[in-house]
Amino acid sequence: MRRVVAIAIAAATLCVCAGPSRGASSQDFAAVERGRYLTTAADCGSCHTTPGSAHPFAGGRPIETPFGVLAAPNITPDRETGIGAWTDDEFDAAVRRGRSRDGARLYPAMPFPYYTRMSRQDVADIRAYLDTVEPVHNAVTVNRLPFPFDLRSSMIAWDAMYFTPGEFRPDASKSKEWNRGAYLVQGPGHCGACHTPKTLLGSDESSKALHGSVLQGWTAPEITGKQGSLRDWSVEDIAAYLKTGHNKNAAAAGLMGEVVGRSTSHLTDGDVEDIAIYLKDLSGSAPGKTASPDKDVMNAGGAIYQDLCSACHRGDGKGVPQMFPNLTEVATVSAAKPDTVLRVIIQGAASVSTEKEPTGPAMPAFGWQLDDAQIAAVATYVRSHFGKQDSAVSAADVGRARSALAARVN
Amino acid sequence: MSRKLPAKDVVIVGLGWTGSIMAYELADAGLDVIAIERGPWRNTATDYPPGYAADELRYRIRHDLFLRPEQTTFTFRNKMNQTALPIRSWGAFMPPNGVGGGGVHWNAETWRFLPSDFVARTHLVNRYGADFLPKDMTIQDWGITYDDLEPHYDRFEYLCGTSGQAGNVNGQIIEGGNPFEGPRSRPYPNPPQQQPFGATLFAKAARELGYKPFPQPSGNMSQPYRNPLGVRLGPCTYCGFCEWFGCGNYSKATPQTTILPALLRKQNFSLRDNSEVTRINLDASGKRATGVTFVDTDGNEWEQPADLVILSAYTIFNVQLLLLSGIGEPYDPIADTGTVGRNFTHQTISDVTSFFDPAKFVFNPFIASGAIGMCIDEFNGDNFDHGPHGFVGGGYMGQVQTNGRPIETTPVPPGTPAWGAEWKKAVKENYQSALKPGTGVHGSMYSYRDVYVDLDPTYKDRFGRPLARMTIDFHDNELKQNKFLTDKFAEIFKAMGAKQIKKEYRKGPYDITKYQTTHLCGGAIMGTVPGNSTLNRYLQSWDVPNLFVTGASAFPQNPGYNPTGTVAALAYWTADAIRSKYLKNPGRLIDA
Repeated sequence: MRRVVAIAIAAATLCVCAGPSRGASSQDFAAVERGRYLTTAADCGSCHTTPGSAHPFAGGRPIETPFGVLAAPNITPDRETGIGAWTDDEFDAAVRRGRSRDGARLYPAMPFPYYTRMSRQDVADIRAYLDTVEPVHNAVTVNRLPFPFDLRSSMIAWDAMYFTPGEFRPDASKSKEWNRGAYLVQGPGHCGACHTPKTLLGSDESSKALHGSVLQGWTAPEITGKQGSLRDWSVEDIAAYLKTGHNKNAAAAGLMGEVVGRSTSHLTDGDVEDIAIYLKDLSGSAPGKTASPDKDVMNAGGAIYQDLCSACHRGDGKGVPQMFPNLTEVATVSAAKPDTVLRVIIQGAASVSTEKEPTGPAMPAFGWQLDDAQIAAVATYVRSHFGKQDSAVSAADVGRARSALAARVN
Repeated sequence: MSRKLPAKDVVIVGLGWTGSIMAYELADAGLDVIAIERGPWRNTATDYPPGYAADELRYRIRHDLFLRPEQTTFTFRNKMNQTALPIRSWGAFMPPNGVGGGGVHWNAETWRFLPSDFVARTHLVNRYGADFLPKDMTIQDWGITYDDLEPHYDRFEYLCGTSGQAGNVNGQIIEGGNPFEGPRSRPYPNPPQQQPFGATLFAKAARELGYKPFPQPSGNMSQPYRNPLGVRLGPCTYCGFCEWFGCGNYSKATPQTTILPALLRKQNFSLRDNSEVTRINLDASGKRATGVTFVDTDGNEWEQPADLVILSAYTIFNVQLLLLSGIGEPYDPIADTGTVGRNFTHQTISDVTSFFDPAKFVFNPFIASGAIGMCIDEFNGDNFDHGPHGFVGGGYMGQVQTNGRPIETTPVPPGTPAWGAEWKKAVKENYQSALKPGTGVHGSMYSYRDVYVDLDPTYKDRFGRPLARMTIDFHDNELKQNKFLTDKFAEIFKAMGAKQIKKEYRKGPYDITKYQTTHLCGGAIMGTVPGNSTLNRYLQSWDVPNLFVTGASAFPQNPGYNPTGTVAALAYWTADAIRSKYLKNPGRLIDA
């Protein structure tokens, strides 16, 4: 708490220097440009825009949390329903400290525990950019959580326990590129929001940063590069994936497809490479083979694979570069949790189309064609034979995944 | 009463191959483009995924991908003195429907026409004299040359990743390719597909007979490919479900796998699917198109105004829309006046099924693709002296192994009962050791005064519009040509060691129930002067200069190749003319 106070005082001091309300104005071209870039890097538009809407940042998109659904607020400069009447201090407090305009605490669906790593200037520039977007009158009821989570006071304890405010501090022993990558990953990129495992109360298990998690029916795989699932990916592979959505190993689909489409594909080549350099330097968890799946299951899975999967992923599982994922190198295949594997088999998935890789090939759905045991067999086969994951998927797992997916709206 | 939509720069009728090419090129030029497509949106993973793409009953037998005759059809007769009747089940050709059009279900046999094909009348009259041509034959020159089209053929082949072996690069003849082809500016973007045993054996026998066999140019990928728009295709798996089917694994060049991903990224392009254009609207002068009217699936009628109209529907629907919209003068075969509907053609296809000793020959017919095979071109176009034979035209021929699909691949030797235990035994014995080329003899069909399209006097569609009526029959020239070519083709199978050969000549009358190809051509042809053609050499309407009509409807006659390569090259040629000439100075590109 002491650090929170210290930051608050520092912010107040800065504020005095910067004037009563604004640090940068929409007249300031450089600030607006920098803010636009940071808004993209922070992927604000992904949550704050309803998919398919012609009104970016007008809010309303439901955001799933383990505790219920929130709606992302309107952050256009509309004075009544957006943030047009907010001061820069109020905006900064929301983005970097998780405090609403009225002092109430924000839920960490707003990734302020990451955004706190940005500087005040960064956030002021984001504000300068947001001031230039079309103001949209759209009142959003944000809090749709059930009791007791609907009580924002419940966040007081959460903040105290889990929120460590403070700007990114470079590591002098590392390169400039590494530090830029670390800043982007830990700060605006808020990669850990999905890729770091969560405690029961929804905070990061900080000792396992980027070791992989599951959300909204997708596996957010471990993305560490030393001995984790990106072990055999080069810096170039990771950079290409972020920039184009595709590389020789994998294709971005689902939530990561959105992240690539809206955010990382618009970053500079230097920034995606710096992110890759940083990720490659993270230790992560060592892969471990557990048990060998049942031979009959593997035989059945292999037969289904040859019949239905090999036309695209090829007989050896290595796919086609930039088109069909190489199952031996896809992080989600080797992840402990099979959610993505089951989801794409059951429902199919379209990979992202980007400027550099417009194709966006899609995996068809097989849920209508294969029963639970067949899907379990082919998932087990793919994870064990091609991937680095020997824990079997059971028919019951598939049944649960099927029901959960059927209940999903996205 | 139709409701008016906001005006666009360009409206495109039909989003098949040419519609997609035109849409991309014109959107790329910065124009605001809308395409209106009669059928549904279609995508690989959702509409023909590997899980059921290979459903022969659904697609081949029950015509899942095609236009439903209940929605619209046309009427047919052989002779002008007969009464035409509506076609209620497709047979001789398969009218496409939906986004991607015929590009979704083609075999991807990707040819260029011969240089002499574009100047057919001049060439044949020069070589054989005017009297050599049948009196009622109405073939004519196209108004463009092979050299005009070469860069545009090249663009299409590189768009598609065509797999093939060049036979003539900048005039230099290349061993192993087609020595008769026009000079190409560079080799194919991909090497040929691998050839199955039957094709290899065919090539060997053909070489021994003195021919120069070459691999069929294929829009099915011999290896992964990235095209100039950045769109990627995967390698073909040789599954043998190409024609009649959508490709489940992104291996066949289609609008979906080559253009649409790049087109859909353009903010200035939009599409309305499930919307049928009912007419092209003209202003009071009748010399300017103001847009189109279409009807959606709710029955609502809409007007889409546009400065430029691109008519990119299937051949016969292009002609029908011109006739229904009062554009150009309808062709009258008796008075020999008018042009719209004139020079309508199809194709002259035949096949040879040959039976080999099952103990010695195993052909594995299920190793197949829409365009793998070895072909010869010695009997195409005017590659041989027609003088002694008394006909003109020709075709390529080849052992093209398109499929071993179980329902239709049941070749049995002549004399086998048509059903029962003996038939089953014969099917079993011969399945692996018989050759039935997917494309055998692919002959030309030249144009005649009494083969044409007009509006049916009796039958109407659901909007009360007259159906198009086709009057078409084979003429002696084509039947003679087919006899000659089929015999030559059979000689090669004999040389391969076939113990029995069944020749299936194409015979008259033209039969609407027997599949040939979907290559209906002509009816809105291009030409040199308004009197002999509906369109000028840029596929621009002579009568309504802000209307361009793409597709095989522009062919004055149909040469002996699959048409898609030329159809697409013409679309690029037209798009190029619009971008480089028309937009700078909208109006007639050729003075009439």
